[in-house]
Amino acid sequence: MAPPRRLPVPWLKPGVFAGALVPLVALAWQGLNGTLGADPVAIALNRFGLLALIFLLASLAATPAKLLLGWTWPLRLRRMLGLFAFFYACVHFATYVAVDQRFDWPVLWADVTKRKFMVVGFAAFLLLLPLALTSTDASVRRLGLRRWKALHRLAYLAGVLAAVHFLWRVKLDIRQPLLYALVLGALLLVRVVDAVRTRRAKAQRQTSASAA
Amino acid sequence: MSRLLPSSEITPEPLFRGRREFLRNAGLFTLTAAGSGGALLALTGAAPEKAAVPAPEPAPLKVLGRYSTDETPTGYADVTHYNNFYEFGTDKSDPARNAGTLKPRPWTLSVEGLVKKPFSVDVDTLLKWFPLEERIYRMRCVEAWSMVIPWNGFPLAELVKRCEPLGSAKYVAFQTLMDPTQMPEERTHLLDWPYVEGLRMDEALHPLSLIAVGLYGKTLPNQNGAPLRLVVPWKYGFKGIKSIVKIRFVEAQPQTTWALTGPSEYGFYANVNPAVDHPRWSQATERRIGEFSRRKTLPFNGYADEVASLYAGMDPKKLY
Repeated sequence: MAPPRRLPVPWLKPGVFAGALVPLVALAWQGLNGTLGADPVAIALNRFGLLALIFLLASLAATPAKLLLGWTWPLRLRRMLGLFAFFYACVHFATYVAVDQRFDWPVLWADVTKRKFMVVGFAAFLLLLPLALTSTDASVRRLGLRRWKALHRLAYLAGVLAAVHFLWRVKLDIRQPLLYALVLGALLLVRVVDAVRTRRAKAQRQTSASAA
Repeated sequence: MSRLLPSSEITPEPLFRGRREFLRNAGLFTLTAAGSGGALLALTGAAPEKAAVPAPEPAPLKVLGRYSTDETPTGYADVTHYNNFYEFGTDKSDPARNAGTLKPRPWTLSVEGLVKKPFSVDVDTLLKWFPLEERIYRMRCVEAWSMVIPWNGFPLAELVKRCEPLGSAKYVAFQTLMDPTQMPEERTHLLDWPYVEGLRMDEALHPLSLIAVGLYGKTLPNQNGAPLRLVVPWKYGFKGIKSIVKIRFVEAQPQTTWALTGPSEYGFYANVNPAVDHPRWSQATERRIGEFSRRKTLPFNGYADEVASLYAGMDPKKLY
């Protein structure tokens, strides 16, 4: 009797899933204990936003990890990481709308139309929405892999907008947002270099094939 | 001699293997969860930190001076652990953590420029010149949060008079200590150090303008700008220059650090004005530290009756 086929690392995905919820639990715990500092709303807002960016970058790191290191396990986490990016972006947005501004629609409208850092942040959030909605296997089948992949390239744009949102938000000290922007730039660069190489190799194959 | 186990007590091999694998997987799951969760906490600044022991909270004096508000003062721990003092770091918790390197004694204040006779004075001598008062003031930060702080100090006007400025002096310029060994961030190029601020002469002479040397009845903590700091309650908090070493009387409007750094976002006057937004956020509301919902920001931070006349005839939009 053949042993049942099991995933070689059944602990990986659940482990990362649980880990991804740790900051949420920690924040709730600190909030209940009153140890979030003098301005808990600002702290929550900043942390949720940063978590969304971190997960977006982590999901965009899966392909570079395969290309550079030959790791394939991050690819198995990619969808979940992307969904966590969307989840934390939702919590970040909801905290702003419901807790910080208390549904003050005129203020919110002015924010997303007048203030450029808000415009790019809101745009990044809106871009993640279709990606989250089409994150199922059924969506891949329905759209066809080519179109699905093209749609999900919006994640790069969302990443850029999120990084710019962070850069434009800080008052003066841009060291931290700059670091995240650089990480994003590096991740995108790996893809660009790889795409150029692939294209070149393909062209070479074609020329050698036609020569033969 | 091995005792023979009854066959019912022997774990069947597949089950035994399954259990071992289960334990291994459970261990790896826990490691992964702890590792990724811990990394996220570290990256988002949520790693557990030693809680700062807040000093006991002395009750502010019950007798309210003419200019004190009767609003509830913000807690001592928040007033002393939520600070913008970039000389010690840009995070609000940095000054409380890092300002131990500041030596507020001995301290010399020098008075220069358009005065009858320039002089320097030791801070302890200076403190004997004026009786200390308590002033409970609202403090509105340009970042749209606010506090109520029971300051101890003396009116800036008293000091200005003591300096005997000449008639040609139209403005007062202030300067913070420049010493990277005491103020480590002055090694960076974050701001154009040292921090400088300024007031028009009539603003400096206004009875609300205060030189604070303490808060909550105690000596001013380093992170709050020891030993001498400016408090101008109708202006955004960044006008309240800390750890002052020099006062200079001048004829032309002096340079001020934030106006130099971001001329499109910060001006010289910096009067609190809910109608003029910061380019990146609204100034219409503020969050009072310790409160959960926002409150409306008042023109001149609620001191309009006292100070609005100073700006009669000026375009209020220019007074941000």
